[in-house]
Amino acid sequence: MLDLGVIWRNLPFLMIQGFLGFGNFAGGTLRLAIPAIILGFILGIFIGIGRLAPQRWIRVPATLYVEFFRGVPLVMVIFWIWIVVPVVLNRSIPEFWVALSAFVIFEAAYLGEIVRAGIQSVPRGQVEAATAVGLTGTQTMRSVVLPQALKNMIPSLVTQFIVLFKDTSLASIIGFMDLTKAAQVVNNREIRPFELYLFIAVVYWICTYSMSRYARHLEKRLSPA
Amino acid sequence: MKYQFNWSVLWTGESGQWLLSGLITTLELSALAWLLAVVLGIVSGALRTVKFRPLRALATFYVEFFRNVPLLVWMFFWYFAVPPLLPGATQEWLFGHGLEFWAAVCALGVYSGARFSEVLRSGIQSIPRTQFEASTASGLTTFQAYRYVILPVALRLIIPPGTSESLNLLKNSSLALTISVAELTFQTRQIETYTARAIEALTAGTLIYLVLCVSIATIMGWVERRTAIPGLITAGRRRR
Repeated sequence: MLDLGVIWRNLPFLMIQGFLGFGNFAGGTLRLAIPAIILGFILGIFIGIGRLAPQRWIRVPATLYVEFFRGVPLVMVIFWIWIVVPVVLNRSIPEFWVALSAFVIFEAAYLGEIVRAGIQSVPRGQVEAATAVGLTGTQTMRSVVLPQALKNMIPSLVTQFIVLFKDTSLASIIGFMDLTKAAQVVNNREIRPFELYLFIAVVYWICTYSMSRYARHLEKRLSPA
Repeated sequence: MKYQFNWSVLWTGESGQWLLSGLITTLELSALAWLLAVVLGIVSGALRTVKFRPLRALATFYVEFFRNVPLLVWMFFWYFAVPPLLPGATQEWLFGHGLEFWAAVCALGVYSGARFSEVLRSGIQSIPRTQFEASTASGLTTFQAYRYVILPVALRLIIPPGTSESLNLLKNSSLALTISVAELTFQTRQIETYTARAIEALTAGTLIYLVLCVSIATIMGWVERRTAIPGLITAGRRRR
């Protein structure tokens, strides 16, 4: 029989420690997802611009970066950072920083492609007009191209943010106490896998579904009538 | 950095054998999950267009729920939570025949099926309704309209996003290591544990994934260019 008491008894641990990240362990799905999304997006902007740079020595590495990280599983990237960086630096790194850097590096490749497509969707005339009124390259990018590109990117950007949000569950593999790991820990004690995994599935679903709803709303509001 | 490289660990001892068996398991797992995902994608995609409301709601629920929850949670769900619900004989059989493998196939297939469903839907939707109307007006039956007009274009439109989703499936199969399926990532970790040669083992695993993904993408890009209809879909444009 379904025993929802197990959820109720462990709700503070699951939500406060696992989901938010306050408690005795390094953890928290939100605590990891929010900086990962912000930093990944910033790096993604640079990668996306780099992919379109006229200089070969910027364009080629940026392209290789994207092609490489889109060809390997995220788990591999996490293991690389988890195992190899301590060997190189000769000291251990906390799980939070391992997971965060893996997500930022990995997702920037995907976000970079979205940024590139967004920049390419801005008509060439906009750049020409900006140059004609005397803006420099950086100014054109920052105040003319990127704001317009951003608007076109929103749907795919939010889709990728949702993917990243779901991917944070992989941090549990290296022992980061996020929602997934918290459910595992509780399950080891209570042996109620059905209730626990279904519960965290619903928590993840509520977050991702509301993100996609908000994206649809934003898309409607920003599209010219 | 005082790391001494020793690449020979990859071909001495059992490492080579482990990598090979890991690669085979990854391919088997991905192939079975891919078949399941395609079937589920087509069925749920079709159900989302029928008039009978409960069926449509069921298909929408499947797509929206399974797509929006992390695959890792589904792995644990199918491995830990589903088997106790099955009848005794099935449970016995599964425990004797690699439960973790079948749980991974279900988790990966059902999760990816929901994603495939969206790819198929947007492919079909991108074909204007007038195409269908024009075919019926020129005397084709519904079957002929689908066979000669709608599907040839829809399938071509689906190739790029379908390839990208299939590659995601292949890469996602690495999560099966969490429920101890001995696939490629699992074997990479095993070599690392046995030989204490982390960089060499991870390089080997990473390169195998990279070669797999790049070659599939290249082949599918070639298929896309070969089958492109001149003037209809821009040939050779890469949209991975």
